[in-house]
Amino acid sequence: MRSDRTATVLGIVLLLVLVALPFFAGKYYVQLATKIMIMAVFAMSLDLLVGYAGLVSLGHAAFYGLGAYLVALAAPQYQAANFWTSLPLAVGGAALLAAAIGFFAVRTQGIYFIMVTLAFAQMVYFVFHDTKIAGGSDGIFIDVRPDAKIAGWTPFDLADFVQLYFVVLVAFVAVYVLLRVVLRSLFGRVVQGIRVNEHRMKSLGYSTFRYKLAAFILAGALAGLAGYFGAVQYGAVNPEMLGWHLSGSVLMMVILGGMGTLTGAVVGATAFLLLELLFQSLTEHWQLLMGGTIVLVALFLPHGIAGLARPLFGRKDG
Amino acid sequence: MDLGSFLVQLLNSIQYGLLLFLIASGLTLVFGIMGVINLAHGSFYMIGAYLAWSLTAKIGSFWLALPVGIVLTVALGMLMEWLFIQKLYARDHLYQVLLTYGLILAFEELRAIIWGNDVHGVTVPAPFTGSIPLTETLSYPVYRLWISAVVVVLAIAMYFLIQRTRLGMMIRAGAANREMVQLLGINIRMVYRFVFAFGVALAAFAGMISAPVSSVFPGMGGQVLIVSFVVVVIGGIGSVKGALVAAILIGLVDTFGKVTTLEIAGFNVLPELSGMATYLLMAGVLLWRPEGIFGKRL
Repeated sequence: MRSDRTATVLGIVLLLVLVALPFFAGKYYVQLATKIMIMAVFAMSLDLLVGYAGLVSLGHAAFYGLGAYLVALAAPQYQAANFWTSLPLAVGGAALLAAAIGFFAVRTQGIYFIMVTLAFAQMVYFVFHDTKIAGGSDGIFIDVRPDAKIAGWTPFDLADFVQLYFVVLVAFVAVYVLLRVVLRSLFGRVVQGIRVNEHRMKSLGYSTFRYKLAAFILAGALAGLAGYFGAVQYGAVNPEMLGWHLSGSVLMMVILGGMGTLTGAVVGATAFLLLELLFQSLTEHWQLLMGGTIVLVALFLPHGIAGLARPLFGRKDG
Repeated sequence: MDLGSFLVQLLNSIQYGLLLFLIASGLTLVFGIMGVINLAHGSFYMIGAYLAWSLTAKIGSFWLALPVGIVLTVALGMLMEWLFIQKLYARDHLYQVLLTYGLILAFEELRAIIWGNDVHGVTVPAPFTGSIPLTETLSYPVYRLWISAVVVVLAIAMYFLIQRTRLGMMIRAGAANREMVQLLGINIRMVYRFVFAFGVALAAFAGMISAPVSSVFPGMGGQVLIVSFVVVVIGGIGSVKGALVAAILIGLVDTFGKVTTLEIAGFNVLPELSGMATYLLMAGVLLWRPEGIFGKRL
């Protein structure tokens, strides 16, 4: 297929540009690209649920936020957390939370699933907002970035914005490849089969509950990974990182780019963050413009930016 | 806890529960009849509260502000349905979520532009400014009792509207089979527009009457929206009766969770974690009946 080859070539070119970026772009752009890649990982993890498994989660920020909070909680006060233990802790913690929420949420369908994921995520929000475990509504500063020292050798320094950029780039590419492999596997095909016709998958003998739960956990873990780097870059955590506004924004990213394609999630995250910057530069009431844009996308661009490009490339799948 | 303060808390729970019911019933009606998930429902609650505040200040009377506010919000609901919601009936819930999320951002910003970001209060209107003494030291505000009474009257009126009138029959038939009703010569588009506007007005009305007891502040819609969702999930989508039972249940759990102290192993479980209680209740109900207490089997 020609379009597949075009996509591969485009992907390689993009990767080369990303690798070269810190050598010609300034600090601002390198940090912006880091942020975009973190959000792209977050959006891809949600795309696995929304675009492939047909599970519209409106509580995905809970896993991102928990991953972020675990960076701060893993660190002794005024000291650095260990990168090699805090990263698995953040990803594992988010996966555990996803298992707990998913256990209840995946039993439900449609509108119920949307509301239940939102409500449980909000419960997590209140735990961090109302109790003193992690600084309450103010959140916590991460004074020192996690330390990547291993056996006396420090391969990279996360406090350096260029080195952080490359670590995030590796994570971004790894998540993309991982999701592609997962989606091509039997597991991925069952999950996609559930979106199209759950009853048929059940009658074929698949325990759809377990497959949906596994997809929910994987998505939660990857969102936790994004949250980890989000907190490392931002240098602080606060309850808004768990809040439903972020869940809404990431859903917008997935749809803006075109759901069920992974690449769409990346395009959507990029477009969303750039639009946000553009609107913020225009007016202090930029949320009005963002809200209006979201409404217009929902009404007129159901397949996102990818849907705009589709007639040009003549792709027949839909 | 002695009997007097128990009674006060009980009345508080019921009043909070009934107010929640008022908000959630609009949400559940729009779900049940039109199959639309409306995240902006909380925004309409906020708009109602801000209207009560600004109209009372302009007109000088809370009692005149109420009808004016209702007319304005019904018109707003019809406009929203005509502009946006009607385009989404045939589409996946995903787009309803996205569109109404966009509306939240827009409403929140419009609120900041029109009314600013300050916290406001509305004085309790006469003749309900007094309190009824319960014991020598405790008393209960009459206005809160009035809220409860109004909601009960509205609930009964709603029951009659839906079960006993011609319009109610059209609404129920429209929920069951939209095309068939249309073929029978009923303008189902107008019925849907009415139902959506009715739901919007219910949320806004709840915001208006609760303005004198709680303050009017930015972001008040988001809080209410999520609790209303929990009410709808526990009660069962589309079930007004379920919403009533679930709302009262949550009113009790939330209010008593906040005033009870419970210590387990030296850790302050209640009231510290009382915010979680409603969600744990939801988790329990989901395990027992994933479709909600009065929901139809999925």
